[in-house]
Amino acid sequence: MAPIVQVKDLRKTYDGGFQALKGVNLDIEEGEIIALLGPNGAGKTTLISTICGITMPTSGSVTVGGHDIISGFRQTRSMIGLVPQELSLDAFETVFNAVRYSRGLFGKPRNDAYIEDILKQLGLADKRDTKIMALSGGMKRRVLIAKALSHEPRVLFLDEPTAGVDVELRKDMWNVVDDLRKTGVTIILTTHYIEEAEAMADRIAVIDGGQIMLVQRKDELMQHMGQKELRIHLASPVTEIPAGLDRYDLEIVLDGNALRYVYDTRADRTGITALLNDLNAVGLQLADIETRQSSLEEIFVGLVKGDAA
Amino acid sequence: MNLTAIKAIYLTEMARFFRTYKQSFLAPVISTSLYFVVFGAAIGSRIDQVEGVSYGAFIVPGLIMLSVMTQATTNASFGIYFPKFTGSIYELLSAPVNFLEATIGYVGAAASKALIIGAIIFATSFFFVDVQVAHPLAMVAFLLLTCLSFALLGFIIGIWAGNFEQLQLIPLLIITPLVFLGGSFYSTSMLPPFWQIVTLFNPVHYLISGFRWSFFEQADVPVAISLIAIAGFTALCLGAIAWIFRTGWRIRD
Repeated sequence: MAPIVQVKDLRKTYDGGFQALKGVNLDIEEGEIIALLGPNGAGKTTLISTICGITMPTSGSVTVGGHDIISGFRQTRSMIGLVPQELSLDAFETVFNAVRYSRGLFGKPRNDAYIEDILKQLGLADKRDTKIMALSGGMKRRVLIAKALSHEPRVLFLDEPTAGVDVELRKDMWNVVDDLRKTGVTIILTTHYIEEAEAMADRIAVIDGGQIMLVQRKDELMQHMGQKELRIHLASPVTEIPAGLDRYDLEIVLDGNALRYVYDTRADRTGITALLNDLNAVGLQLADIETRQSSLEEIFVGLVKGDAA
Repeated sequence: MNLTAIKAIYLTEMARFFRTYKQSFLAPVISTSLYFVVFGAAIGSRIDQVEGVSYGAFIVPGLIMLSVMTQATTNASFGIYFPKFTGSIYELLSAPVNFLEATIGYVGAAASKALIIGAIIFATSFFFVDVQVAHPLAMVAFLLLTCLSFALLGFIIGIWAGNFEQLQLIPLLIITPLVFLGGSFYSTSMLPPFWQIVTLFNPVHYLISGFRWSFFEQADVPVAISLIAIAGFTALCLGAIAWIFRTGWRIRD
């Protein structure tokens, strides 16, 4: 099946000369949830804005549902719903009217029952006649989602859906996204929270400096990078690796107070037993032992620094 | 053509107008009444007649024009500037709506509001003076074209403006003086010769003169020139809108 969104060699240079996108290629499959993960200024919002038609690309092409975003803007934009990062709403409008306006703007005939359904699904039913200015930040975010869903889009963009949202609301938002997934909507979300990408996405695209560094299924990415670290804290510090431990590729950390050993959890032999025996053999006294799993965060930091796989 | 979108924009803009009805309707009625009291009763009693028309009646077309031009401009500029200010314009930009459709929605609503206010002022004037309209069709045509062209101008200002100060700058510093100095409350023949010549460079003068002609068959400049002036002004605004449409100036990065 052809990808629902296809980005080819997309470049964007702003008037000031800033190059926000440097040749982005990305295929998004229908029905998946893909997270665009990257630090601030990586180009996430520019990429989304370009696909949605808010920003004009400098070169390259984007198709949505097989239509070009410029020559076929009516088709592509009808298919897309966008939830922006900022809580940009007309504060004087009521929730229901704001959502109904969005549906009209996207050219869909009036369907109040459908809008009621969306409000119910997002927990906004009892707020339908409330003015937006009277809502909390979390509720405003839901209104933005309701507006984005008002015209029954096939692709939904969520730009930093949990930016500035407290932990409880963040979990809440993940549940909302999970419910949306069941309706078959393709979801593209941007985030700089690894936790969020890990919790919600099927695939993760790491973006930095206007380029896609890597696109991989989340579980593969985790597995691929699934190394563990054994940290051996010593009773007294060492300045060099004792001769008997040469074969282990150890690293001295914490000013000689600890040794770091990296192993693969999926290997037949992790080498831990032998290492511990040899530590004993060379006469090192252990103060403590800890193991750590490399998280997406470390994978991400490694990629952005440019020293990881 | 995304007619549903045009309707959505138009109705939402009109709803905003009716929601703030006190400000929308009452303010023009009160300020117009004040003009009638001050200009019509206090000053008018000493002026008596201007070119065969009682002074109170003479200022009616000027008063309508003053309100219509200001209202059309401010409503249209605010209508498009407000979503820019709140950031909610993202929705319009990401919608399957082209610039022409957005313009029709916003400018149509602003022009409608100005037309409603013009009608209210016209009705209010009957409480104060005896007004007759010699050419009703011409009057409506002048009124419609003025609403439309100044709403277009306001729309351009709203797109251009980067802050609230700029938004109010042009209406305050340009439109209001032009209307006041364009013969709203006097015939330009009452001015010294030098200022009569200066007035010829004021585009608003031609509109007020033409509009007044439709009431009293009495004008400072030939009515044909007035029509050409307003048609020219509308064309100028449409040209600017077309250019913005092509370049995405101040709208899209």
